[in-house]
Amino acid sequence: MNREIVVTGVGAVTPLGVGSRTLYERWRAGVSGIHDGVGAATEFDPTEHLTVKQVRRSDRFSQFAMVASDEALQEAGWKDEVPYDVDRVATLIGTGIGGIGTLEANHKLLLEKGPKAVSPLSIPLLMGNAASAAVSMRHGLRGQSFATLSACAAGAHAIGTAARMIQTGDADAVVTGGSEAALTPLATAAFAALDALSDQGISRPFDAKRDGFVMGEGAAVLVLEDGERARARGANILARLAGYGASSDAYHLTAPEKDGGGAIEAMKAALKDADYGPQDIVYVNAHGTSTPLNDRAETIAIKQVLGDGVPVSSLKSAIGHLLGAAGAVEAVATILAMRDRIAPPTLNYETPDEGLDLDYVPNEARTLDINGKPAVALSNAFGFGGHNAVLCLEVA
Amino acid sequence: MATTVTPEAVEKTVYEALPQFGVEESEISRDATFEELDVDSLDLAELSQIIEDEYGVQLKGDDVGKIKTVGDAIDLVVSRAG
Repeated sequence: MNREIVVTGVGAVTPLGVGSRTLYERWRAGVSGIHDGVGAATEFDPTEHLTVKQVRRSDRFSQFAMVASDEALQEAGWKDEVPYDVDRVATLIGTGIGGIGTLEANHKLLLEKGPKAVSPLSIPLLMGNAASAAVSMRHGLRGQSFATLSACAAGAHAIGTAARMIQTGDADAVVTGGSEAALTPLATAAFAALDALSDQGISRPFDAKRDGFVMGEGAAVLVLEDGERARARGANILARLAGYGASSDAYHLTAPEKDGGGAIEAMKAALKDADYGPQDIVYVNAHGTSTPLNDRAETIAIKQVLGDGVPVSSLKSAIGHLLGAAGAVEAVATILAMRDRIAPPTLNYETPDEGLDLDYVPNEARTLDINGKPAVALSNAFGFGGHNAVLCLEVA
Repeated sequence: MATTVTPEAVEKTVYEALPQFGVEESEISRDATFEELDVDSLDLAELSQIIEDEYGVQLKGDDVGKIKTVGDAIDLVVSRAG
């Protein structure tokens, strides 16, 4: 990346609670946000953060994004006044599905009571760009705004694309991230029909007994700024987005390539973009879904690009799979972990699987011994459709 | 199934609907404008739906554009029904 991209604020709403520090600290301590086989954001009450009108005007996925954005902007020092020309601040929030809860509720009304019962708010709430629109309006950000839609890579795609907007000069700063609220009957039944969900209701990435992912919900938002401008205004810099790489498998609608495929290319591209070599990476925040196929293919990809010495762990072991929010939530957790020089744990790891022999940081967080070097990490996100997006995050 | 349209009945329906949109009950009166109450086109679309469901009276397009106050809305529904 030629223009330096820095992160000056982060925010999150997840099954581990409201707030990015809550997410990171609980994960580090080995707390699980998964209960009864679901990662629900049970500590989130929209009415604590939003007005009656705002709640009514937004699907749950937009509510998550708004609240996460409040935290991120507060940390960036943007709360009282945006320190840029607002016409040059973009908003980019990814999602896998959008407002499927609104869609299902109104479809039920349509079937039970007829077309006149369908809410006029249905479309503006369920559209996939609704979270971006809500965040843009909430903070008066008038640069370009839209959503990235790439299943479980959407949050990472949003962050990477946001960085490019700044690098090309289209924006001075971007409020970006991902959001998802798909713990609905239809989405759950549909993932179950694909045999993608864990029958045990346990997220155990890379373990021999893993049998699918656990659904989760939430959002994360990051404030990205041009490094030079951020430093000039005296911003507190949390991390650098040192590199971004993305690719496609062009292989299968849901399955990853067995030999690592496009994930390898995306990881290599992120490294190249950051101008780092494999030896510089001290931690990988894996996509690590707990599905038999992903965790095997991702292990192969990581080994091929980085070798087998780097600690690798999966946040999904603690919160489940947040789909389009996952890449953003994991980027936020990675940044906070790298600030503490900590590799957070892969929970529920008990039985090694044949061929899956990386250091998965089982069950307990570990201090990274990196001798004063910058903490440089990769955060992987892969989505149905064969979409791969990898972020290279660096904390001085 | 539609309820009999009286000014009192329509007023009650409108007064009960507005707080759902986030309007403070204490601010609602016949003279209050929707602008003052921060009731916008999307809220009016929802209000129209409630009224149609209750009274079978349709408020569409131009009708909604002419409505400025809570009283205007109530009067329009009553006159349409008549």
